[in-house]
Formats: sequence, C-alpha cells, structure tokens
Amino acid sequence: MLPDAVEHHHPALAHQFDSLEQQKEAATLGMWIFLVTEVLFFGGLFLTYTTYRHLYPDAFAAASHELIVWAGTINTAVLITSSLTMALAVHAAQTGNRRLLVLFLIVTMILGTVFLGIKAFEYYSEWEERHVPGLNYAFDPRYYRHAQIFFSLYFLMTGLHALHMIIGLGIMAVMLRWSIRGTITPEYFTPIEISGLYWHFVDIVWIFLFPLLYLIGRHAHV
Amino acid sequence: MATLLSPPRHYLNDGYGIKSWLLTRDHKRIALLYLASVTVFFFIGGAMAVLIRLELATPVGDLVSDETYNKLFTMHGVAMIFFFLIPAIPSVLGNFLIPIMIGAKDLAFPRLNLLSWYIYVVGGLFSLYAMIAGGVDTGWTFYTPFSTVSSTTQVVPTALGIFVVGFSGILTGLNFIVTIHRMRAPGMTWFRLPLFVWSSYATSLINVLGTPVVAITILLVAAERVLHFGFFDPSVGGDPVLFQHLFWFYSHPAVYIMILPAMGVISELVAAGCRKPVFGYTFVAFASLAIAVLGFLVWGHHMFVAGESVYSAMIFSVLSFLVAIPSAVKVFNWTATMYKGSVSWETPMLYAYGFIGLFTIGGLTGLFLAAIAVDVHVTDTYFIVAHFHYIMVGGTIMGYLGGLHYWWPKISGRLYHEGLAKIAAWIIFIGFNLTFFPQFVVGYLGMPRRYHAYPPEFQVLNVLSSAGASILGVGYLLPMAYLIWSLRYGRIAGSNPWGAVGLEWTTTSPPPTENFAQTPVVTWDAYEYPAPVETHVA
Repeated sequence: MLPDAVEHHHPALAHQFDSLEQQKEAATLGMWIFLVTEVLFFGGLFLTYTTYRHLYPDAFAAASHELIVWAGTINTAVLITSSLTMALAVHAAQTGNRRLLVLFLIVTMILGTVFLGIKAFEYYSEWEERHVPGLNYAFDPRYYRHAQIFFSLYFLMTGLHALHMIIGLGIMAVMLRWSIRGTITPEYFTPIEISGLYWHFVDIVWIFLFPLLYLIGRHAHV
Repeated sequence: MATLLSPPRHYLNDGYGIKSWLLTRDHKRIALLYLASVTVFFFIGGAMAVLIRLELATPVGDLVSDETYNKLFTMHGVAMIFFFLIPAIPSVLGNFLIPIMIGAKDLAFPRLNLLSWYIYVVGGLFSLYAMIAGGVDTGWTFYTPFSTVSSTTQVVPTALGIFVVGFSGILTGLNFIVTIHRMRAPGMTWFRLPLFVWSSYATSLINVLGTPVVAITILLVAAERVLHFGFFDPSVGGDPVLFQHLFWFYSHPAVYIMILPAMGVISELVAAGCRKPVFGYTFVAFASLAIAVLGFLVWGHHMFVAGESVYSAMIFSVLSFLVAIPSAVKVFNWTATMYKGSVSWETPMLYAYGFIGLFTIGGLTGLFLAAIAVDVHVTDTYFIVAHFHYIMVGGTIMGYLGGLHYWWPKISGRLYHEGLAKIAAWIIFIGFNLTFFPQFVVGYLGMPRRYHAYPPEFQVLNVLSSAGASILGVGYLLPMAYLIWSLRYGRIAGSNPWGAVGLEWTTTSPPPTENFAQTPVVTWDAYEYPAPVETHVA
C-alpha cells in the first residue's frame, strides 16, 4: 500500500513501524509498562497483607506456621533456577543458537511445571488440614478469625501468582513453537526478550511472597 | 495543496461489511466502535438520570420504591463513570487523533487496541446483565461491608464488569504511552506536541498506575462476597476503611482520568478558536502532569468523616488544595490565550467557553470541600452531587461534545448544521446550570443525597433541577440527531474547514487508512498561527 516500504522489509516488521529497532523499542517499553501495572495490581494485596499483619501479628504468626516451609523453599529454588534458564534462553536467541534456545525454553517450562506441581501439593495438604477459608476451614479458636484473613490472603496471593505462572507457561509454549519454526532470529528475538521480562517479574513476585507468607514471624511466638 | 474532492480511498471506504469493522486494526475505525458503544452507555445512564429526576420532582417517594431508587442512582453512576466518562474522550477522540497528531500510521499496538474494545464490550455486557437481572443498590462506590455482607443485589456481576472494563483502560493507556514515546514523526519533539497529546499522556499514566489497584480491590470484594473471607467485615476483624483507602486510591485519580482529556480538548479548541498559540504552552503541558501526580496524593479527602486520623485528614486537605494550582494555571492560560485573539463563536468554542466557566465553578467548590470543616458539614449532601457534576458533566461532557464537533468534519468528512449545533450548545449550557446549580443550594441547606424522598421545603429547588434535566436531555438528543444526519446530507468538509493548524488538518477528511500519504516531517511548533496583524475576515 505504502510507497515507503522500499527499505529492508523484514517479515516480522509490522506496518505501523518504520524499522525493526523502533518496533523492538515499542514492544520492550510496552512490556515494562505492563509490569508496572502488575506491580500495582499485586500492590493492593501487599498493602492488605501489611495492614492485617500489623493489626494481628500473633494470628499471622500462628497461621504462617502451618504452611509447609520446605515446599516453599524448594519452590523458591526452582523458580530462581528457571529465571536463570530463561536468561540463558534470551542469550541463546541473541547469539542465534537455535538448539540451545529450544533446550533452555524447555527446561524453563519444566521448572515452571514443577513449581505448579509442588504448589498443587501444598494446596492439597492445606485442604486436608482444613485451612481453606470459605470452603473447608477450621483453626485454633484463639486465632480463628484473624488466621482466616491470613489464609484468605495466602490463597489469593499465591493463587494469582500461580495464574501468572500458568499464563507464563502458555507464552513459553508459543515461544517454543516460534523458536522451532525459526521465526526467532538474531535480528528478531524481541518476543523472547519480553517474555523473559514477564517470566522474571513473576519470579520476583514469588521472592516477595515467600518470606512474607512462609518465614516472617515463624520464630516469634509459636 | 489539499484537493477539494474527497480522495478515492479513505479509512471509511477501505473495506465494507461487518467483518471489516469488527476485525479492524485501524485506530480510526476502533475509535468509531468506541463512539457507538460509549454512546449506548451514555443514554442508558441518562435514562436512569431521567427516572431519578422524575422521582425527585415531588417530596414523597411515589414514582419508584426506595429500593428501586437505590438501584437507579447506583446504575446511573456505574454506567456513566466506568462506561462513559472514563473511556469516552481517550477511547474515541484519543484513539482517533493521537496517531494523526504525532504523524504516525497507527498506535504502537493496533491488535491490542482492538482487544481493548472487546474487553470494554465484555465488561459492558456483565454490567448490562447485572442491570437486567435485578440491578445493584450499593452506590457506585461499593462501600463495604454493605456491598459484601448486606446487599442482596447483583454486586458480583457488576463488580466483574468494572474489573473487566478496567483492563480496557489499562491497555489503552499503555498503548498511548508507548505510541507517544516511540511513534512520533521526524521533528515532532515533545514540546511540539499538541496539548491534547500531553493531557492524554498524563491520563494514561493515571490509568496505568491507578486502575490495577481498583481491579484488585474489586476482586477482593467479589471474593469476600462469595467466600466470606472477612477482609472488610468488622465483625470478623476486617477493616472497612481499608476498602475505602484502596477504592479511592484509584477512584479519586479517576476523576482526573475524566477531566484531563477534556482539558486537552479545550486547549485545542481555544487555540483554533482564537487563532493563537496557547498562552504558556509548557505550563499547560506540565500542569497536566502535575495534576496526574497530585491526583494520587489526595484520596483521603473522601474519608474525612470515615474515621481517618485528624493528622492524615489535615495532610490530605492541604494536598487537595494544591491541585487547585495546576488547574488554575490551565484556566488562566486559556483565558490569556483568548485575550486579544480573534475569538470565534462557532460551536466548538461555545463548548470551550462553557467548559471554562463550569469547570471553574466545579473546581472552586472543590476547594470548599477540601476544607475539612466545610466538608464535614456538607458530606453526603447534594452539594457534593452538584460539585462533581459540574466537573464531570460541565467539564468532561462539555469537552467531549466540543471535541466531537471540532473534529467531526475530520472524522466523517462532512460538516454538521452549524445553526442547530449552536442552539444545542446553548440548550445544554442552560439545561445544565438549571439542573445542577439548585443542587448546590439545596445541598448546602442540608438535603442528603441518595434518598428518594425529602422534606417539602426543598421541593422548589428540586423542581427547578428536574426541569433543567429535561432541557438538558433535549440538548443531548439534538447532536445525536444532526450529527447522524450530517453523515449523509452534510456538506463536504474539505481537509481543513476551521483553518486550524495541527497535523490532523494537513491530511484529507476523512483521512486515508495510513493517515498520511507520506510520513510528515515537522519543522514547526504547535499552534503556529500567523501573528494577528490582519483582522480575520468573518
């Protein structure tokens, strides 16, 4: 349609952009802004958590004590490792090493799935222990109500985080497909890069969730 | 030079059929999709307002029951705020104009732009479902624990509707920010941008930073209502004031989401209507950013009577006063722009004059409310209702209609009937003031908001208000009629019917799908009108 399409016209270049560089800058900025909105989204929950932890420190410590710390610890390690493999995948895309790119994407996806598996095991145990507010809940009568606020926040925060993980796995599946098909090249690897930003962000959310939910106050009272 | 004939291809005839619209990625077509959908919600919200004003024509609650009345003002608020006032100017005028004003072919993410519209529609359907399935009676503010424990109405579907539509605003804001950063034409530096772009940028910042917070808040309300978590229920240790903090952290800035784009429109109208550059361009541009930043620091002034500590109340009061500074900068600069300008009395300018006057009244009464002592006296009275309608209806809708008239020839390629449009603008101005000015008085005298009955001594003022509302209603129906009429019978507009400057007037009307035949190279500042030596030929 336009006469100015004479320059190098890469197949991945969308019509509204003049160059791949402009397209990449736009996509990266867009992802950063999206992550800012995510910070604010989780921020509301962190604020709610902080408020009630401040109001009811004893109940929060008692409830926190019921979580399975070793599972949370393993999951932290799993997620940090997946961030490493994600970073390596971006590097492989940059240097045009398609075999390594595919390998690291697969490892990242496996680690993400392991995380979700362990999380599901935790949820199952918490159901067995009757720690699920609204559906199956019982607790020490001294802390019954305030521990319920803790567990509600626990399920909302980790649940939303897990939802982000599931979406992340979907994105990684698309990236894997594009990498195998050869859409991703050293000239055009923006999708891998911004998917990586997303993955690292979800990882960082967990880095905050883990100490807040599992660790803080563990040795205080109980 | 621009040809007088319509170009053979433009965005409206580039593809026909329903699919070419529902799957379009053209920002101009998406703007028209939004125009249709926000208009639907405007008239739904308007219908509720008609019933509210009819009920209040008499002191006894005789037309509708108190429960129905509660639902009417709630759904009026929900439809108007979340589905009209917040999206209207950004999604319609912003979508259409921002890429053209900065010399781009489209927004940075056209598919995301279309997705935003679909998200808006899904959110709208949730809310419509809630309305049809019995409505919701919590007030648009969803205060807990009433909304989470006591109310027996459709809280969850309405809340989900607002949750969903929020993402439409977030994604549109994201799209605008990236577009303004990365898509400007060669030579279009930040300080050559039209002020509408600056104010859209500031609005987008609020959208991106604030909306996620109300999204999570609404999710908490819905979760609590279904599963009884007790976050905001004092009987199980929850804190209802925490809800108010979270809610107003977004919903106060949301007021600036509504008014900032209108301010941007007014800057464009005043410059074009006076044939002069906007006085103090940089001040007006930074005033938009200042309003966006300060807007996030004043939410506590909604909670002066909600058990907030006296010290936070004092700080929030002082910060609220500060918002007056950038707002006043804008009003003074528009006035200074008009000074010795070749002032036009065409329709868009009528709306601009209306905006400046009404926004000033709305803003000054906002200062009354920022003063704690006065606020405690008038909290939850009609004074509040009058104040925010002066800002939102007198401000935002005036700006929206002014902008719609100003850019209508560009959007449609046709001219509307100037005489009818002037009459409509006057009817709206008169109807508006008759509706809402009496509410200042009746509120100051002590009439509370949100009741379907009131003491008989307030009847005169309420009848005045209801009479004004019927005039206002006629005023709003008129543009609907003559703008649609102009699509077929209006005179061909030509590319620059106002003789205005700005990139949008350099391309044809309606613009081609790719906006410009060639990417423009900008070598001039915004609003470079020739010095007013010669008198403008009338």
